[in-house]
Amino acid sequence: MGEVIVITSGKGGVGKTTATANIGTGLAELGYKVVVVDADIGLRNLDVVMGLENRIVYDIVDIVKNVCRLKQGLIKDKRYSELYLLPAAQTKDKSAVTIEQMQKLTLELKENFDYVLIDCPAGIEQGFKNAIAGADRAIVVTTPEISAVRDADRIIGLLEASEIRNPILIINRIRIDMVKRGDMMDIDDMIDILAIDLLGVIPDDEAIVISANKGEPVVANQTALAGQAFKNITRRIIGENVPFINMESEEGFMSKLKKIFGLAK
Amino acid sequence: MDFLKFFNRGSGTSKNVAKERLKLVLVHDRTNCSPRFLEMVKGDIIKVISDYMEIDEEGLDIKLTKTRKGSNNSNISALVANIPIKKMKERSL
Repeated sequence: MGEVIVITSGKGGVGKTTATANIGTGLAELGYKVVVVDADIGLRNLDVVMGLENRIVYDIVDIVKNVCRLKQGLIKDKRYSELYLLPAAQTKDKSAVTIEQMQKLTLELKENFDYVLIDCPAGIEQGFKNAIAGADRAIVVTTPEISAVRDADRIIGLLEASEIRNPILIINRIRIDMVKRGDMMDIDDMIDILAIDLLGVIPDDEAIVISANKGEPVVANQTALAGQAFKNITRRIIGENVPFINMESEEGFMSKLKKIFGLAK
Repeated sequence: MDFLKFFNRGSGTSKNVAKERLKLVLVHDRTNCSPRFLEMVKGDIIKVISDYMEIDEEGLDIKLTKTRKGSNNSNISALVANIPIKKMKERSL
């Protein structure tokens, strides 16, 4: 029996879809059987980020309504034979799937996969409720912006109210130069305010945009800092202990930067 | 480098402004308690305490503190009031 992990944030545009695509790809690279589910019905995007948009025949609504069988709806990744995408429907809205249907679907998926990753839509309404319905764990994505952290706090409260305990945090798009001059909240500030455990930190990296342009998750890029950061996150998800490095220590800028994202010892 | 550090330590950096604003807004988000509601609580506290002592209403500070995880991992918040007393009122039993 696999594990269902929902990737959520409250606020839109903080990197849920990017995180889902990269963690999914990272886990597949480690040899796990993975399915990434786009729960953002009406605003489908996980397919383009993963570069699988041309292969879609059926979608999540077709599956829950029994238009097709589960196996027919799953799209196989280009690179990894054990990585699959379950795309969202693009022409329907969030009410096309019910909480019960979502629970049934995730249960069926986790019987067949090691990891089921759910890309949650922004907001706290029906789409969010559906996305978390069958989840065992939750990853909350935020950026070092006051609006994103506020929404993350709200989401953490809602997750706990739904009995999804101890969500873990990804801080996306951090800029060390801005943190250094005191113009961006640092990792400790956000952990302290949100009172949750840290899963990982992703630097603001051009490689993310470039890889999304090409439809190739950045985790496959050996040289990009963001790719390394996602690799570390993936290893932490499977239970490995990949250390975090203190940002406040006195050392050169580049070596500090590399340490934070686990590139150097 | 040293003057950079000097600025970093200052509380006027935009990061610290963000942190303080965020902490305040989260206290109200988490407790579902608006600043207006807190004003009402404050008014009632003044009313009750004034029966027993003379207080400095100007210096009165009442706020909800930052939420922390409790022993059972749940969120708790506390109402903290700092009420300067001018003098006790004479009360006949």
